[in-house]
Amino acid sequence: MSRLDKYMPRTVKRGPDGEILKTSAMIASIAGADQRTLAAPFGEALVKCAGSDERIVGLTADLSKYTDLHVFAKAYPDRFYQMGMAEAVLMSAAAGLAREGFQSWATTYAVFASRRAYDFICMAIAEENLDVKIVCALPGLTTGYGPSHQATEDLAIFRGLPNMTIIDPCDAEDIRQIVPAISAYRGPVYMRLLRGQVPLVLDEYGYRFELGKAKMIRDGRDVLVISSGLMTMRALEAAKALQKDSIDVAVLHVPTIKPLDIETISREAGKAGRMVVVAENHTVVGGLGEAVAGVLMRGNIRPPAFHQIGLPDQFLDAGALPTLHDRYGISTSEMVRAIRVWQG
Amino acid sequence: MASTHPSNVSLDLRAWRIRRHALRMGEVQGQGYIAQALGVADVLAVSYFHALTYRPGDPEWEGRDRFLLSIGHYAIALYSALIEAGILPEDELETYGGDDSRMPMSGMAAYTPGMEITGGSLGHGLGIAVGFALGLKRKKSGRFVYNLMSDGELDEGSTWEAAMAASSHRLDNLICIVDVNNMQADGPSTQISNFEPLAPKFEAFGFFTQRVNGNDIPALVKAFDAARAHTGAQPRAIICDTKMAKGIPFLEARERNHFLRVEADEWQKALDILDAEKPQ
Repeated sequence: MSRLDKYMPRTVKRGPDGEILKTSAMIASIAGADQRTLAAPFGEALVKCAGSDERIVGLTADLSKYTDLHVFAKAYPDRFYQMGMAEAVLMSAAAGLAREGFQSWATTYAVFASRRAYDFICMAIAEENLDVKIVCALPGLTTGYGPSHQATEDLAIFRGLPNMTIIDPCDAEDIRQIVPAISAYRGPVYMRLLRGQVPLVLDEYGYRFELGKAKMIRDGRDVLVISSGLMTMRALEAAKALQKDSIDVAVLHVPTIKPLDIETISREAGKAGRMVVVAENHTVVGGLGEAVAGVLMRGNIRPPAFHQIGLPDQFLDAGALPTLHDRYGISTSEMVRAIRVWQG
Repeated sequence: MASTHPSNVSLDLRAWRIRRHALRMGEVQGQGYIAQALGVADVLAVSYFHALTYRPGDPEWEGRDRFLLSIGHYAIALYSALIEAGILPEDELETYGGDDSRMPMSGMAAYTPGMEITGGSLGHGLGIAVGFALGLKRKKSGRFVYNLMSDGELDEGSTWEAAMAASSHRLDNLICIVDVNNMQADGPSTQISNFEPLAPKFEAFGFFTQRVNGNDIPALVKAFDAARAHTGAQPRAIICDTKMAKGIPFLEARERNHFLRVEADEWQKALDILDAEKPQ
């Protein structure tokens, strides 16, 4: 456990310019200072879909502002349902509306959907294979508020659920393509959400989202990073940095965690001579890393080495997000450091 | 509102037949939630042969009232009502609980025509009913959503989340029926987690609330009529006090009858008692 003794007195921590280091606001953007961003890509994309699809309704449990659903609520007030801070009835009502022919988009934080509302998602939505989209903010380690808000195991929880499609988008470009794609799909989807000012990265790579498909974002000879969510953005930054060390890194983005694109993963991991590194904003238990390991084992695919970059099997610390990303190894600099070490 | 079943068959006879179907199904498995089925038979008779609008040959007809069975283990009771309503065939009755049956022990939407939801994980029905009711309102449908739940489900926090949401959204098309038989898995419900006084709770949550003897058919008819005719923009609750195993005195007398074990020869004895009491 990394936690310090609570009876040990502390002093103020200061940055290089003497400034006090603060916990970022719960809803702080994960964008770097010099990154291009797009505001509320989920809310904007949903409004666009709803314009041509009368079936779409939105529900939330007192978190419309913090899940960007307020954009939809403003555009379509009569198609928006405020369910109160009550995740059980949020999911149950989403199921009931789906049974009446509507496509329910239910939003909350990932911790509350995965932990508190699991039984309702399982029995009312997944078991009946209903057309409900569950869109959840604060996935993995994207807040410094501690375990109550850090959904470090949401993918592990939902991977075991039959019928559930699981999406972990990288950036605003991913999100604005994913929303119409999963709306066109009839069935339950759990989507991790990046909200507010969301980094815009993948548009530079001519990226096209396809449900259930992994996409090679850049190729490379030495290392294959298989990543999802914001770790794809970090992997692309790391790949650029590692060029200086003459380490050639390929990045395979896997936005659909389930069903997993076994074919593409097997093909890319099977190419000779490339170390495989799976990177995810999630505990190393039960997420993309172990899913890929299973694919490789079952397919008798043996890369020269296999490593995981992900969160440790612990309740994580509270604090400032950049500090925590460094501490738990999911910052770009820590990723670069790890790959250098593994490359010897 | 006219029933879709204009019929000369009395509600007493409907309830009697529902009990008889349930006993025959119980006999197949030799055990089960037969006491609940016997207890709630009158409520189901009034629901399916007085209150609900539906087409037996078209269970998914858009113009139907929705009847949600939150208590999945009461499936034996609902199958009996669905058989009596002509939605399920009587000749499948003996498949109850068997492999590949359309009538599994716990009610599931994908298995059974007329079973609107997958119940069984208790405390789900009322929340799902909220979604149905919102959906029907969106479609400007005049149909009602009925949710049948047990007193044990009052222990679940999700029931009260849903009650608050139903009231907050002024769902006057939602009728929640609570079967109070005061028996759950570990014993008498009021001793497990005391939900009394119950009617004031629903009233405080904003429901138009009635409490009736759930084995008194005329009282039930009056309550269902009042719930449907009420003009307040609020959800409705009908709390039905029922007697476990109603109609079969030697089963009524069993102290622990949540999951009844009935000896092989006792099924015939129960059927004989019922047959001797056949109403007109």
